[in-house]
Amino acid sequence: MREHAPVLMVVVPLFGAVLAALVRRPGPAFAVALACGFAVAALAIDLAVAVSAGGPISYRLGGWAPDVGIEYRVDALNVPILLLLGVTAAVATVYARRSVASELPVGRVAWFYALYLLCLTGLIGIALTNDAFNAFVFLEISSLATYAMIALGRDRRALVAAYQYLIIGTIGATFYVIGVGFLFLATGTLNLSLIAERLGEAEAARAVVTGLAFVLVGIAMKVALFPLHLWLPNAYAYAPSFATVFLGATATKVAVYLLFRYVFSVFGAAFVFEALPTGALLIALSLAAAFGASTVAIFQSDVKRLLAYSSVGQIGYATLGLALGNAAGLTGGLVHLLNHAMMKGAAFMAVGAVVFRLGTCRLEAFAGLGRAMPATMAALTVAGLGLIGVPGTAGFVSKWYLIKGALEAGMPWLALLIVASSILALLYVGRLVELIWLRPRPADAAPVAEAPLELLLPTLALAAATIWFGLDTRFTAGLAQAATVGLFGGAR
Amino acid sequence: MTDLLARLGNIAGHYNLYIAILLMVAGLYVVIARGNMVKKLIGLSLFQSSVYLLYLTPGKILGGTAPVVDPRFAIYSNPLPHVLILTAIVVGIATLAVGLALVVRINEAYGSIEEDEIFARDEATVKREDRAASRPPRRAGKGAR
Repeated sequence: MREHAPVLMVVVPLFGAVLAALVRRPGPAFAVALACGFAVAALAIDLAVAVSAGGPISYRLGGWAPDVGIEYRVDALNVPILLLLGVTAAVATVYARRSVASELPVGRVAWFYALYLLCLTGLIGIALTNDAFNAFVFLEISSLATYAMIALGRDRRALVAAYQYLIIGTIGATFYVIGVGFLFLATGTLNLSLIAERLGEAEAARAVVTGLAFVLVGIAMKVALFPLHLWLPNAYAYAPSFATVFLGATATKVAVYLLFRYVFSVFGAAFVFEALPTGALLIALSLAAAFGASTVAIFQSDVKRLLAYSSVGQIGYATLGLALGNAAGLTGGLVHLLNHAMMKGAAFMAVGAVVFRLGTCRLEAFAGLGRAMPATMAALTVAGLGLIGVPGTAGFVSKWYLIKGALEAGMPWLALLIVASSILALLYVGRLVELIWLRPRPADAAPVAEAPLELLLPTLALAAATIWFGLDTRFTAGLAQAATVGLFGGAR
Repeated sequence: MTDLLARLGNIAGHYNLYIAILLMVAGLYVVIARGNMVKKLIGLSLFQSSVYLLYLTPGKILGGTAPVVDPRFAIYSNPLPHVLILTAIVVGIATLAVGLALVVRINEAYGSIEEDEIFARDEATVKREDRAASRPPRRAGKGAR
């Protein structure tokens, strides 16, 4: 049983999705989703323990050898991502019941859970698989489910947002397939480890570089790397609150993981940064994201959109760590994926709770809300402080590693720019915090009660994690460092 | 002269790939340049189809048969690209289906599938919301329209 844990992580939510679609009623469908969420979390923890004890796990689907069949591989690099997905699935699903019931018509709730589980299946599959084409199939499974989830938002603009995401997402995935095609032509295999082995002796150097370019651009669209981020703000703003929580915490992180996988364990950092000006380009785009998207976030009047733009900026930090290419930078990039998932998860959950109570998440609605919903707003504030990178929160840890990486790479100006971009985060978070705690509640506003416990507990759990992992970095930074050591050990 | 002819022959021999690239660029152009949401999806489909050709072309071996076990045939085409593209076709159909379903819903909600008209309406909605938010709060019972 235990040796089948890798494939079970994909199979459990996949069959859960079918089951949720079959039962058709909201209650049982939620029970299925909850069971799947906790099962996936347990499997992820089990795999993490197994990998830390016995090294990478290779799982051969159907017993076929990796050069013929599909191989799942769990190693130090994808363990953090699997933990992120598993734990988010467990925590977020608890949050789902009340939030989904309040935002979706009863007839569509079961379908929504089916879509959610399909999306989870796809994301876990991307993280697990060691097969380039299989990753594409999982990418499309998660993407198609995501389009439909976004389209279930209440506002009609959700439909347009889903359509735009579909167009951009499909172009991105197709670019990725084109790149994989070139790699397949050059090496004759789809297994990522085998591609990495054979790339060195591949005769068609131009095909490999073309493949690299297509793969990187394709994944960058899924990452929402500036300036390919235009699909993200509307998609997050108009999707049902729970979909925003889940996608905001996981979807782009998995795409960043895929980028790490290709750059460091398939192509090798030496090749990527020498064959193309990838390093300089990525640093420029990451900074443009951190500055540009954060500036736009300051001027948003819808809090979900504000946080969505902030996500684009924060993803810039993760890709910045990748672009630095040294151990500290990589650790910073990877640990930021985990930390950002906690902070943004908590922030979107708190906003979802406001939508649950007030039916809106426009900025004005937050005026004086600190007195009406103190616990929810405290969680939002903690998450906001994390986004700025205040010491004592998880966001500080990732920025610390990034600054260290920038200094080690001999780019002190970059370290300064990282700090300067945090000031922009201070502006958009400060605007929100000032509104919540210092403004009085409008005199004609209806009384608001604190969010129900089912929404509050997961929100507070993630906010507490933001503080905990800001003070005690052994676990998160340890995971990221183990992954970095694995990457440099395996790098050619 | 023979060198030039050989080179021309080599270029002509790759006509499959040239068609693939033509379809790829044409499809992508339609997605970018058209405002009609159905036409955009047609372009997207074209773009995806070009990739099928890109995979299948190198998999075909001239004179090769289908990959069946038969003592009479020794040369067969590489089955892997064909199987991959079978999967990619399914993915493409699913994408197109979801896309068209979204367009139907958009048409129901907006009464239009032209992107610029829809954006204009969305902008109007945003302006209305902003106006409603910046209006000074009215006392209950008095300001009802």
